[in-house]
Amino acid sequence: MTSTSPAKMRSALTATELKLRRQQRRGAAIRYAVLLVFGLIMLYPLIWLIGASFKTNSEIFSSPSFWPKEPTLDGYINGWQTSTPYTFARFFMNSALIIIPKTIGTAISCVLVAYGFARFEFPGKRILFGTVIATLLLPNVVTRIPQYLLFRDLGWLDSFLPLWVPSAVAGDAFFVFMLIQFLRAIPRDMEEAARVDGANTLQTLVFIVVPMLMPAIISVCLFQFMWTMNDFLGPLIYVSSVENYPVSLALKLSIDTTEAFDWNQILAMSVLTLAPSLLVFFVAQKYFIEGISTGGVKG
Amino acid sequence: MGGDNRYLGLAYVAPYIIGLLVFTAFPFLASLYLSFTDYDLLSKPEWTGLDNYERLMTRDRTFNKSLRVTLLYVFMTVPLKLAFALLVAVVLNYRLKAIGFFRTAYYVPSILGGSIAIAVLWRYIFAEVGLVNMGLEAIGLEPVNWFGDPQNALFTLTLLRCWQFGSAMVIFLAALQSVDKSLYEASSIDGANKWHQFRFITVPLITPVIFFNLIMQTVQAFQEFNGPYIITDGGPLKSTYLLPLYIYDKAFKSFDMGYASAIAWILFVIIMVLTLIAFWSSKKWVYYAGDKRS
Repeated sequence: MTSTSPAKMRSALTATELKLRRQQRRGAAIRYAVLLVFGLIMLYPLIWLIGASFKTNSEIFSSPSFWPKEPTLDGYINGWQTSTPYTFARFFMNSALIIIPKTIGTAISCVLVAYGFARFEFPGKRILFGTVIATLLLPNVVTRIPQYLLFRDLGWLDSFLPLWVPSAVAGDAFFVFMLIQFLRAIPRDMEEAARVDGANTLQTLVFIVVPMLMPAIISVCLFQFMWTMNDFLGPLIYVSSVENYPVSLALKLSIDTTEAFDWNQILAMSVLTLAPSLLVFFVAQKYFIEGISTGGVKG
Repeated sequence: MGGDNRYLGLAYVAPYIIGLLVFTAFPFLASLYLSFTDYDLLSKPEWTGLDNYERLMTRDRTFNKSLRVTLLYVFMTVPLKLAFALLVAVVLNYRLKAIGFFRTAYYVPSILGGSIAIAVLWRYIFAEVGLVNMGLEAIGLEPVNWFGDPQNALFTLTLLRCWQFGSAMVIFLAALQSVDKSLYEASSIDGANKWHQFRFITVPLITPVIFFNLIMQTVQAFQEFNGPYIITDGGPLKSTYLLPLYIYDKAFKSFDMGYASAIAWILFVIIMVLTLIAFWSSKKWVYYAGDKRS
């Protein structure tokens, strides 16, 4: 016989196929290993932070391991008390008092405005939409000083109003932009049907658009929660008395007032400061990823 | 919607218009005006013409130093962060099963990034006897004076922002996943290798996202405040004294509102000019596919 038998050919093929598959598997294994090691290096500071918050002060700077040799809650107990007349409970309360009204105001105003832009024609719309993009790129640093003077003249300093009010009038252009992007992707059939049935535009918004837009609205709320929780400069400028401090300012205060060697207190309070954001992120991460991929995000 | 009053839409965007006028447009113009005045909060703003700008440009050595540090910081942070984000996104984009897990893991630092607690953490792990130096010593390297040495301090702050490449990465990843796979198959039949594919297919198709990330990250980097404020307080020897810190000190510590506004305006003009250059140059390098939304 001059030609090879079909059976032989098949086995030859599977041999090269096997080789190829082995190569692919090796490639994937290498990629996984690199990603894993790299990820570990990236996340190790956070892992270390959690471990170190349970360490004694003498141990913190003596070994790079995250595992505490003599676990202690001292950092949490003493850190929580702070050197002020207030405990961290008060500061978390203040943070909540800033975040909740701000987030609600943001969600309502941004939905109304995005609906206006995405579903209506009106005079000056193009220019106004242009200002949304311009505001998106406008550095806050250039408006901060007159804003401060404005709030001072209104008598709003050392209250939460300067932190709430700009957001309650759709001041965060990024969210308006993100919601418009989402709205453009939603077909209008349902809304038009509702209008034919006699619903006015507000009813259409509340009963038809909002339910469909819910994932995007949740994204907006989550981002606003996260950013407000992390915001430092806003409270630093506007909130001056310790009783009104949110956690970000309280943490800075702990650094400034804690005795030089009480590291575990500061680390423990850092963990608590990060905990709400981490928790929310892990519970709702799909909304973050969606929000980011649609609107693009800072951070 | 058809048949509606043409002013109805205006009613819906009314909150935005109010906010725009009161909290953006008015402060924007007011800060321009203030930058030409001397204003210490106690007496009325006093018009001084170009005095503030003249002082900044010719006599203020702190401003000079601060401006140089800021530009250096931005030009280090932005390219490094974006290159990192793109590289990791490309690796993740190989059809890996655990893509969701890694995407989450790499995104976590971005989520927490702005927090004061992270700045605090940075201070601890880059301390002279901190985690990083302990690690270096464990593998037999010399410890580095990360924040104490003016040569290194700015770079250590840059590392903090590069560590937060996650959000840029997620945006890159979304763009990479929308690239038509058949393009790769066709090109590999034509004999293109992985690098050619990346260079001539992937990169051109994701230029809109590169452009977007570039602009957002640059605008942000110019406004960095928390890191230097908490970690180094601008030091040592003002080597991390970024312009936003200088503005803050002038405005809210020495209450020199006019002068601080002038610095803010110079910073704004720099950001604006760079943004305009980016937009102008984008016609040459950003590729928009005909039927895609930008």
